[in-house]
Amino acid sequence: MNRKMIFYMIGRILQIEAGLFLLPAAVSLFYLEKSGFSFLIASAAAFLFGFLLTRLFRPSDSMIFAREGFVIVAFAWILMSAFGALPFVISREIPSFTDAFFETVSGFTTTGASILDNVEGLSRGILFWRSFTHWIGGMGVLVFIMAIFPSESGRSIHIMRAEMPGPIVGKILPKIRQTARILYLIYIAMTVLEMIFLLFGGMSLYESAVYAFGTAGTGGFGIRGDSVASYGSYIQWVITVFMLLFGVNFNLFYLILVGKVGQALKSGELRCYAAIAFLSVAAITANIYSLYGSFSHALRDSAFQVASILTTTGYSTCDFNLWPGFSKALLVLLMFVGGCAGSTAGGLKVSRLILIAKMIRRDLRKMIHPRAAGVVTFEGKRVEDATLNGVSVYFGVYAIAFSAILLLISLEPIGFESAFTAVAACINNIGPGLGTVGPAASFSFFSLPSKWLLSLAMLLGRLEIFPILLAFSPSTWRKR
Amino acid sequence: MKIIIVGCGKIGTTILSSLVSEGHDIVAVDSDSAVLSEITNIHDVMGVCGNGVDSDILSEAGVGSAELFVAVTGSDELNMLSCFLAGRMGAKNTIARIRKPEYNDRSLAFMRQQLELSMSINPERMAAHELFNILKFPSAVKIETFSRRNLEMIEAFLGPQSPLDGMKLSDLGSRYRAKVLVCCVQRGEEVTIPDGSFVLKSGDKVGLTGSPAEVQKLFRDMGQLQKQARNIMILGGSRTAFYLAEMLTGIGSDVKIIEQDEKICAELCEALPRAVVINGDGAQQELLLEEGLRSLDAFVALTGMDEENILISIFAASQKVPKVIAKINREELSSMAGRLGLDCIVSPQKTIADRLVQYARALQNSLGSHVETMYKLMDGKAEALEFNVRPDPRLTDIPLKELKLKPNILIAGIIRSRRTVIPGGDDKILPGDRVVVLAANQRLSDLSDILR
Repeated sequence: MNRKMIFYMIGRILQIEAGLFLLPAAVSLFYLEKSGFSFLIASAAAFLFGFLLTRLFRPSDSMIFAREGFVIVAFAWILMSAFGALPFVISREIPSFTDAFFETVSGFTTTGASILDNVEGLSRGILFWRSFTHWIGGMGVLVFIMAIFPSESGRSIHIMRAEMPGPIVGKILPKIRQTARILYLIYIAMTVLEMIFLLFGGMSLYESAVYAFGTAGTGGFGIRGDSVASYGSYIQWVITVFMLLFGVNFNLFYLILVGKVGQALKSGELRCYAAIAFLSVAAITANIYSLYGSFSHALRDSAFQVASILTTTGYSTCDFNLWPGFSKALLVLLMFVGGCAGSTAGGLKVSRLILIAKMIRRDLRKMIHPRAAGVVTFEGKRVEDATLNGVSVYFGVYAIAFSAILLLISLEPIGFESAFTAVAACINNIGPGLGTVGPAASFSFFSLPSKWLLSLAMLLGRLEIFPILLAFSPSTWRKR
Repeated sequence: MKIIIVGCGKIGTTILSSLVSEGHDIVAVDSDSAVLSEITNIHDVMGVCGNGVDSDILSEAGVGSAELFVAVTGSDELNMLSCFLAGRMGAKNTIARIRKPEYNDRSLAFMRQQLELSMSINPERMAAHELFNILKFPSAVKIETFSRRNLEMIEAFLGPQSPLDGMKLSDLGSRYRAKVLVCCVQRGEEVTIPDGSFVLKSGDKVGLTGSPAEVQKLFRDMGQLQKQARNIMILGGSRTAFYLAEMLTGIGSDVKIIEQDEKICAELCEALPRAVVINGDGAQQELLLEEGLRSLDAFVALTGMDEENILISIFAASQKVPKVIAKINREELSSMAGRLGLDCIVSPQKTIADRLVQYARALQNSLGSHVETMYKLMDGKAEALEFNVRPDPRLTDIPLKELKLKPNILIAGIIRSRRTVIPGGDDKILPGDRVVVLAANQRLSDLSDILR
């Protein structure tokens, strides 16, 4: 275990975060709000701590293996959230550290679950930071570091693998740095594109930035109490389309960028994702049509909600708590699906579900023809048994983590529906659930331990469980 | 520079890791996904799993924008075909490993031309060449030649009784009259480019440059010259052994090959009428002694097993064989073998990897004074490069003492129309010269890189 390298990397990440604080500080300054000072203080604190770490733990060798990668990612995310919570506390806009931590974790993990009952009462700088955390967490801060700094060794792929979601993480260019750069470039370009579309819809620059950040990271923080409901239909459609786009594997955008459109459109995961989205929208539109009476309105609301839940964004244009049972059940199921691997979305990921379905089919066939040879293929390639095994194990661990957290959250007096969807919304990084945690409500009424537990659930979901699990298992830290 | 490597066997991975440390963008193609995942875990490269002759796989690897395409799978024909396709699909330079002895020089030249290959490499033959050079001058542990043998770079160990022990380098010239330059010294792990005040110690590994005759003269004056090996035993009937035996019998040396496999023995017998082929297990000390191990000039261990080569070489050294050489492929083992007392080690992989690094570096700047030859010295900690000099106002026609050189750079030799100059402060580099530069702990790709 290369502990020095772990602490050194974490130190670097905190220094980066110190730099990131300057953006909301500038926003505060622009609007002449005193919350700007809290960013400067937090920035100084993060920089100092990061500086100390990099000084104290200058690594003698930069050799890292898979487990160092997991540990770096886990601790980096926890510390980043702790420091990210400072501006909320220092500015007294969210006085309790637990609440501020919950809010920041919810931001970085692109969940969008909030403990704020009255969003509109907060200063613009603070709200900007809240949404900006979505944008940073969406693509991942370690990937960002890899895009800027030259990698010390070829082994930093372990860090990338630990931070990027999905069963298979590959490179699209020979070097990690180039890969990280191109991913961030696509990410930035698409965010700017969405901002431009939103500006055309009459949003201010500030509003468009906040909503573009929330969509790009598939987060879901807004600046209005009713999320996106009070905006016009143009803006709702723009956000719907972009939510769906950010749920697509970014490697496909790269393929389109280099002119291989045909190959990108042939992707099995993309087709399955599109089919799920289309069928869900159709089913829900049919189900809620009687409630609305207007086809275009029903279509718009159902498309928005499906896109929002499927990509784990968590914006809403209506209170779907009031929808019929079938629509609600469908939305809850979509929560677990999530977007494509290699996107900014959370959930189980479409590719994992495809692999699970194919494994089921293979094993059923084997029961009928015990000697049948079975191979699982995905995107035209044979999938390694190790990958399949990884998918099944992840599914198992996910189910266990979900059940354990659900059991503990059920101690809250909120009823089964609310408890279940609260946990599902957190572990899948969505945001709102049903019942008392529905789109019109907040998470503020939870007790302190529950807030910590839900913060953990969000981190588990974003980092796909294993990094956190390994970072806190004693055998990782034992000397070889 | 973008480089595609097809085939990630022993040779492929060694080439890959050398080229990665040069900073190139590398895509590795192999049909075994386990091998690829291992490589991508360790090195910053992209892996593409599939057949290197499949045009889909090649285009997935981005062959159209590749500057260099290297095919080093186990099959010669696959390599040729793969390179041919890559060339057609837009790869600028293609290199194939072709190593079957059946392809002789004429047919190889024809194939290279028809398939538009930039180069074909034969690791075994290159290794045999290296061995052959050492056997001709056994005082050295490594010999590299520049500019068609006009200048040699020799690595040698200073033994416990070496007359150079405790000698200051500035005294070397007056004590021995040979025009030879000590251009780098490895003491322990550290490699330095010494100046006149440097004092040599026994146990040092020194790098010397000079023309072959001058180097011989120095060793003769020191009384350390070992005669050319005439009576040689080769362990293992590998391809390298075949090439080496062919070269050695060509100059009239006595060669004995020990090989376990009867079929290979028969083939070797047929191909090498002048060598003695013994069918037996080389690990049996009895057999080695019976075949006259103690009266040999040199013993070369070339079996496919590194461990076997190391152990039997140690045994041969203990029987007072004057020159013992072991072939060791795995780098980890070769440094360990050094600690066990084997000074002379040859690795075909390393030789090939160095050759490719040289090729890639020459490609990188084909405009300036580009790299003609490059060797890695002292376990890769220093490099000797031969440049073809083009006119450059900052560099040419200026006395060397007035050039502002970077630290750890030495101009080790100037070759001017077949004559070798061991340069002093008043010598100048002229356009059209070939210059050999020694650099420790840095990489050069152009002659002007030596300036501050």
